Amino acid sequence: MSAVFEQIFQVGFLAAIIRIATPLAFATLGEMFSERAGVLNLGIEGIMLLCAMTGFTAASLSGSLWLGIVAAVLTGMAMGALHALFTVALGLSQHVCGIGVTLFSSGLAYFLYRLIFGQQSVPPSIKGFQTVPIPILSDIPVLGPAVFNQFALVYMAIIAIPLAAFVLYRTPWGLSVRMVGENPRAADSAGVSVMATRFQAVILGGALMGLAGAFLTMAQFNAFTFGVVSGRGWVAIALVVFGRWDPWRSAGAALLFAFVDALQLRMQASGLGHIPYEAFLMLPFIFTIVAMAVMSRNAVAPSALLKPFRREER
Amino acid sequence: MFRLEVRTSTPAWFNLALPLLAVGATLVLCSGLIALAGAGVLEAYGVMFTASFGDSYAITETLVRAAPIIFTGLAVAVAFRAKFWNIGAEGQLLAGAVASCFVGAIPMPGVLAILLMAIAGAAAGAAVALVPATLRVKFKVDDVVSSLLLNSVIYYALMALIEGPWKDSFSGYPISPPIEDSASFPVLLEGTRLHLGVIAALIAAPLIWFLIVRTTLGFRIRVTGESPEAARYGGIHVERVLISTALLSGALAGLAGVGEVGGVHFQVMSDISPGYGYSGIVVAMLARLNPLGVVPAAIFLAAVMTGAEAMSRATGVPAFLSDVIQGTALLAMLVALLFTAYRIRRVGAAA
Repeated sequence: MSAVFEQIFQVGFLAAIIRIATPLAFATLGEMFSERAGVLNLGIEGIMLLCAMTGFTAASLSGSLWLGIVAAVLTGMAMGALHALFTVALGLSQHVCGIGVTLFSSGLAYFLYRLIFGQQSVPPSIKGFQTVPIPILSDIPVLGPAVFNQFALVYMAIIAIPLAAFVLYRTPWGLSVRMVGENPRAADSAGVSVMATRFQAVILGGALMGLAGAFLTMAQFNAFTFGVVSGRGWVAIALVVFGRWDPWRSAGAALLFAFVDALQLRMQASGLGHIPYEAFLMLPFIFTIVAMAVMSRNAVAPSALLKPFRREER
Repeated sequence: MFRLEVRTSTPAWFNLALPLLAVGATLVLCSGLIALAGAGVLEAYGVMFTASFGDSYAITETLVRAAPIIFTGLAVAVAFRAKFWNIGAEGQLLAGAVASCFVGAIPMPGVLAILLMAIAGAAAGAAVALVPATLRVKFKVDDVVSSLLLNSVIYYALMALIEGPWKDSFSGYPISPPIEDSASFPVLLEGTRLHLGVIAALIAAPLIWFLIVRTTLGFRIRVTGESPEAARYGGIHVERVLISTALLSGALAGLAGVGEVGGVHFQVMSDISPGYGYSGIVVAMLARLNPLGVVPAAIFLAAVMTGAEAMSRATGVPAFLSDVIQGTALLAMLVALLFTAYRIRRVGAAA
């Protein structure tokens, strides 16, 4: 039994957890900003896919990975703006719009990818991001090679978590975001523009979803496939709820899910699995549904989530 | 100057005009992508139309494709009428497919098999939909997120089945064993795939319309959706209505899966539904939640899907255009629905 544990828990395992958690952390933080401002963004699954595609395409055509990152982030911001246009400016129902944005962006991703790269038997790939060891820190035993010998995007994600917490809890803009998500009427009376703040939060969320998508095609798989996102956006929706709309807890939830996912991959590879690996993949969804029931979601969710704000309707 | 004004009532012709406006806008917007792919817009749409409606065989193929979307569209329309936000038709469809495949693999006389497959599939779909409804009624859990997340749970359960106990031990493919020959749905027109499930879908639409518009349950569903307070005041047990709605909605989505197993694939595989559950949302919105409107809306989407493949072969425009059209149509319809809430009034000259 101990041999099994040794086989599973190695430096490589720890590094795998960090790598699986990175796109989820970006996506979860993105969705969290949007929801804290009162806008559920079910477009996340499609936005991630479209950004994964545009990032990969830009990197592949230009030869510059960072140009790919810029393309993915800009795509995410544009799709965020589109979702905000429908849900914030026009006040349309958030869940149906979100499904619309997901259908539209994934369709567009498939269409443009096929148009640009044609139908090839082996999907084209790029030379993705390489790991960058951080001097001194990467020499720490076990933790060093796992955490501090990673892709630049991983470091960005690690920085993004405290940064998101700081922005949300310690800046005037973060206060505005929380206000328009909790009580838009009061925010409006206090002179906060509900529409502008929600737009900004959803667009910032889109940018983070863009980084999530870009990580998949430019660091993890180095190619675009139609199943490259395969439900990670829905996982992020679950993780935001599970993390109670808090940056630290959401990131923690992403790490927890990454641990389960990495464990499942190891067990599959080592042929130990008597339990089907799908059972592990189901876990975050089941946990979240149970958690919602236990904590009675409405108590912690932003009060104005799913509610459009129209100034004239008093 | 123009001003938006709140509308108190909407004329009846809006029900037809708005979806047509949305579809028209969608086709215009998506023509940009066809041009980008270097094909003639009219030629591409022409090929799509011919491939989906050009001859009787094409029409039957479009109807076969429309059947599951009619069922999921009805499922969503019924649920949204009660403001039960069922985003889970996809998972309910898969549950229905799995349950009917289980039953269909048991040897028994054909009529009995088909009947039991339908019952099992509908029950499985209803059971899945019961989860978000119960959570909402008992624990005030938001049904949008819970029904959406259940889709992933059901999908992985299906994968576990076809990669586990159901896996084809001979070929190693992750597909379920086929259903019995006697359990496959009868084909109604020789030489086509027009199966019993298609007729069932076409009959279900007016039945659901009747249920919503003419029966007590339908009345309760509508009142609960329009104003839960008024419903309670009128002595309607809102929680019970939500549960009934969920059961009905889930059963309809489950039947979509039954038709795919019994009439099209005769087994279950991972891609048995290319997102028919989400297409149901598109269709229900295009139909303005009217069960009768679901049929033409579903046929439109089905025609786009079948037509896109032929268009791709003839013009080189990627067939994924149909996915873009689907998403654009939903968004365009949502914008068009603004006309039901507001009207644009010209208020004097600016100067």
